[in-house]
Amino acid sequence: MKAKAITLNVNGRRHQVTLFPNVTLLEALRDLSYTDVKNGCEKGDCGACAVELNGKVINSCLVLAWQADGAQILTNAGLGTMESPHPLQEAFADAGAVQCGYCSSGMIMAAKALLDENPNPSETEIREAISGNLCRCTGYTQIVNAVQMAAEKMMQQRAQE
Amino acid sequence: MLPEFELLMPRTLPEALEMMNESSRVIPLAGGTSLLVDLRGRISRPQMLINIGGLDELRGVRVEEGYVVVGSAVTIADLKHNVLIAKHGQVLQQATRVFANPLVRNRATIGGNLAYGSPAADAAPPLLVLDAEVELTCKDAKRTVPLKEFITGVRETVRHPRELVTAIRWPILPEGSVGVFHKLGLRKADAISVLSIAVMLHRKNTEDYAQVRIALGAVAPTPIRVTPAEELLSGGPLTPEVIARAAQLASESTHAISDIRGSAAYRKRVITALVKRLLTNLAEGTKEKKHNESEGYHS
Ligand SMILES: Cc1cc2nc3c(=O)[nH]c(=O)nc-3n(C[C@H](O)[C@H](O)[C@H](O)COP(=O)(O)OP(=O)(O)OC[C@H]3O[C@@H](n4cnc5c(N)ncnc54)[C@H](O)[C@@H]3O)c2cc1C
Repeated sequence: MKAKAITLNVNGRRHQVTLFPNVTLLEALRDLSYTDVKNGCEKGDCGACAVELNGKVINSCLVLAWQADGAQILTNAGLGTMESPHPLQEAFADAGAVQCGYCSSGMIMAAKALLDENPNPSETEIREAISGNLCRCTGYTQIVNAVQMAAEKMMQQRAQE
Repeated sequence: MLPEFELLMPRTLPEALEMMNESSRVIPLAGGTSLLVDLRGRISRPQMLINIGGLDELRGVRVEEGYVVVGSAVTIADLKHNVLIAKHGQVLQQATRVFANPLVRNRATIGGNLAYGSPAADAAPPLLVLDAEVELTCKDAKRTVPLKEFITGVRETVRHPRELVTAIRWPILPEGSVGVFHKLGLRKADAISVLSIAVMLHRKNTEDYAQVRIALGAVAPTPIRVTPAEELLSGGPLTPEVIARAAQLASESTHAISDIRGSAAYRKRVITALVKRLLTNLAEGTKEKKHNESEGYHS
């Protein structure tokens, strides 16, 4: 195997890294300290590693880092800060949607993809949108509540603008 | 950790075909949602992959000379939102809504779905009732194979190792065609099909005339068309009696498999029930449409 230098743009920061072709985007992100991206099943079943790749939410375990060369990547940590969290992050905390926390980053990224397209989703639509994300604590009720809370807050914010 | 492999990164289709021509052991990587899972599980150990998912020439949906042409690297999510598919491939669009989950749909390609040769490929039954063809391209030649002949066994297709699936195409449906897709999984979302079925009904002005196409996924070693039942129904009229007989025949003529998701006996019962239900709904739906000009689902 030959390594190659690639560029990963993560949460607005540009990284030059030299990687072997069999390194997944998930592994590359975690090695760059984006440890909010979790390694769960490594076969696309659990969604813990979900990130946005050029605006589309995907499982980073099923993308090779080389395939993301030059792409824009957004992880949960890039959505907000402790001082100024994203409405979804705030709602997850307020609704008690974070138990062990392992699924939260991926859940939030999947929920963000939904709200980007559909600002006022039904419960069924929320459940469909997070159908690729597993919560082993089975805290789905609170997670769905959190997405609803965030949707309302974001609609209010937009109305005020 | 994934096993070691070399990865070719062509920028254009001609470059990709040139690389494929140099060795028969170069394996295409599109969305990676099947291939990377298999690599991780050590189900396959290719030495050399070629990344084709990003090639512009394999993207896009267009209508051309009476055909709908879908690039092989178009994702399931793209198809789910595409207006041409809504108009000319509604039965396929129905399948995209119950395909995997949103994360997988954003990567999984239609070409990869067919090229993988899985009996449970959810795009296959809709494409079979659309009479779709698979376009295969190698460095010096291009050929088109009916989808019916493309998948030959579990994970087996007629694709030559140096060929790429470049497009999927089907003739634009005549007016008065309606289709429906149904997937039976062990859970509502994100499940591999226990059985999937697509039905296409074409009616002419007279109520009595009907042409029917039926396809099944995940019941046999390949996705299949159910020809005996289609022939029985062909010409119409679609009375409850003939629908019931066709449903029975569809089940009897299918050599259903048993696997971890269901037994052959179960699948056979489900075939009868679903063929009957979907045909009845379609037949009634088109009748209604004629009488009240209401919107049914176009195919
Ligand atoms: C969690 C999960 C859920 C899933 N659910 C479903 C489901 O509900 N229904 C379903 O049908 N599938 C499902 N799948 C399987 C998979 O997502 C699909 O089959 C998908 O369409 C494969 O496409 P891909 O682009 O990811 O293919 P890849 O993994 O890139 O490739 C698959 C195979 O096709 C070959 N190939 C790909 N493109 C070409 C081409 N253009 N020319 C020649 N060969 C090519 C590759 O060499 C490989 O052998 C699921 C997978 C996961 C991980």
